[in-house]
Amino acid sequence: MAVQYSVIDSAVEISGLTKAYGDYLAVNRLDLTIRKGEIFGLLGPNGAGKTTTILMMLGLTEPSNGTVRVLGLDPASSSLDIKRRVGYMPDDLGFYEDRTATDNLIYTARLNGLSEETARESAKELLDRVGLSAAGGKKVGAYSRGMRQRLGLADVLIKRPEMIILDEPTLGIDPKGVTELLELITVLSKEEGLTVLLSSHHLQQVQQICDRVGLFVGGKLVACGDIEQLSRSLEQKNAIIVELEVGRKTEQFEQSIGEIEGVNSVRCSVSGMNGSHAAFEVVCDADVTPEIARVAATESELLSLRKRSYHLDDIYRRYFEGGDAHGA
Amino acid sequence: MALKETVSRLPVRLFRPKEDARSATSTSAFWVMVRKEFSDHVRSWRFVILMTIILLACIGSIYSAITALRSGNGQAGESSEFLFLQIFTLSDGTLPNFIGFVTFLGPLMGIALGFDAVNAERSKGTLSRLISQPIYRDDFLNAKFVSTLLIIAVSIFSIGLLVMGVGLIVIGFPPTPEEFWRVLLFLITAIIYVGFWLNVSILFSVRFRQATTSALAGISLWIFFSVFYGMILNLIAKGAAPATDSGAEVVMGYQKLMQALNRFSPSELFNEANTTLLMPNVRSLGPLAMEQVVGALPSPLPLGQSILLVWPHLTGMLAATMICFGLSYLLFMRQEIRSRS
Repeated sequence: MAVQYSVIDSAVEISGLTKAYGDYLAVNRLDLTIRKGEIFGLLGPNGAGKTTTILMMLGLTEPSNGTVRVLGLDPASSSLDIKRRVGYMPDDLGFYEDRTATDNLIYTARLNGLSEETARESAKELLDRVGLSAAGGKKVGAYSRGMRQRLGLADVLIKRPEMIILDEPTLGIDPKGVTELLELITVLSKEEGLTVLLSSHHLQQVQQICDRVGLFVGGKLVACGDIEQLSRSLEQKNAIIVELEVGRKTEQFEQSIGEIEGVNSVRCSVSGMNGSHAAFEVVCDADVTPEIARVAATESELLSLRKRSYHLDDIYRRYFEGGDAHGA
Repeated sequence: MALKETVSRLPVRLFRPKEDARSATSTSAFWVMVRKEFSDHVRSWRFVILMTIILLACIGSIYSAITALRSGNGQAGESSEFLFLQIFTLSDGTLPNFIGFVTFLGPLMGIALGFDAVNAERSKGTLSRLISQPIYRDDFLNAKFVSTLLIIAVSIFSIGLLVMGVGLIVIGFPPTPEEFWRVLLFLITAIIYVGFWLNVSILFSVRFRQATTSALAGISLWIFFSVFYGMILNLIAKGAAPATDSGAEVVMGYQKLMQALNRFSPSELFNEANTTLLMPNVRSLGPLAMEQVVGALPSPLPLGQSILLVWPHLTGMLAATMICFGLSYLLFMRQEIRSRS
């Protein structure tokens, strides 16, 4: 029993999870733990295997290998129990368009075994909560994208879940709508102690509200932790970039920059007519900015110099590019 | 007291799972789905259009039967005791009789009500949301089938009873209990027949992602059986026909083969079953040798014997329905459900 209790602390435990479609590995030996009550962001480009992972958590797809425990339950054998306690919002969610929002919510509630009156009450309360109380009697066909997404949130919450999984909740909404939705999610999660798993390909949005983030690329979790941890670990691994703009570009100049100790590579990003003007990106292992400045000043005409460290953004973009190359 | 009870039933915190909510069984979810599907059908334009077509056909067939009865070209002399049943079987030649209309329009009804059962939910994105609720996957398919079959049963019964009522007024001659049972059995057979086509179209709706493709597949199968199958059989019949001077056994074998081939068509099964049920004079569906007929009284069959005669037909239709249902079940259970794909 003691073992059971320790398992209960985490909402999701995934180890060695693999899903193969023929030769293609959609999810490749994934290990992931999500604690109870946290907002976890699953960040990754399209086709990284986020949705597949979520489907396996709910028992909607069978894993090829590995184990999944959601709220201590095995999706393969107690999928129904999990679906009763976990709310899932698909990435492109649809409603019965010729029914009103209230009807749609009541239907979901009834499927979860709530009685007619309780369902009606909860639907009203939740519509109020997500700011749709005025539009509750309108047919969903007349809803805008942002309204649908908020209705989706209400739809997920009406079964009173312990955990909610939101697949790309911010897809296709305008920036103001995104902010509102994310705020709503944060408030709901903190007030009700919900565990939230959120998948997205927008770094900024995930950064805003998530306690912890998992970077998911090509079916693998490449980094996991809170935002600070992530950027720290990435900083250590990666070097400093010096952006440099000079008035004259000669081959000799490029060479002497490359010869400075600590410089990893030199890349010419912009090159003007007849070598009159050029910009370089110098990647260094250590901070050698002063040296670069001196060489630039003596051998050419230094116009500007900027040092920048690797951000999560850069890393994410780099992985994104890598992911795209894989996909293509 | 009442107030206290209501208060205690209110959830303490809105999103905390209430224990009694958990204990709900999935059977209630099944009936919730059936109810929703049923009301969806009733509200839909499709149902209104179908009912209009079928009602018009019924009025036409009653009119044609009644003119035929009045002009006296029915078999009234032979069996005036089954006069009432002739409303369903008689025609003055300008329009098909009631059975003909049901045979022809029944499949259309089944296909029209079922062709987008699963793939429309899929393309609208409601399937993935639905399937992530605590329901069994097969319950979803069962609910689709049961609700549509209910709709079909209600409409066929109401049409059948309506025709009986109109007949009663026009003929002024009440049906005997046996006639009533025969009509009732005929209506049940019709439900099974339409149910078969419904299952075919549900199968297509699971198999094909596009609603139009599955509708087209259903309609082409229907047209194949109602138009082309007969033509193909004619070709085979010409090729396999025995010489005119061949023995009785050869002719018999040929007849049996043709009948067996014919019975692969569900509409043929339905037709034979109905002729037997509604025309008690039909004594046998296969060829009879002279020695079998000798000594037989040319009287109509009692109800029990008629049922016995069509029992294999009913079993065949039910089996075909089950095969289709089983196939769609198998396909659906193994499909991966993602949003809108």
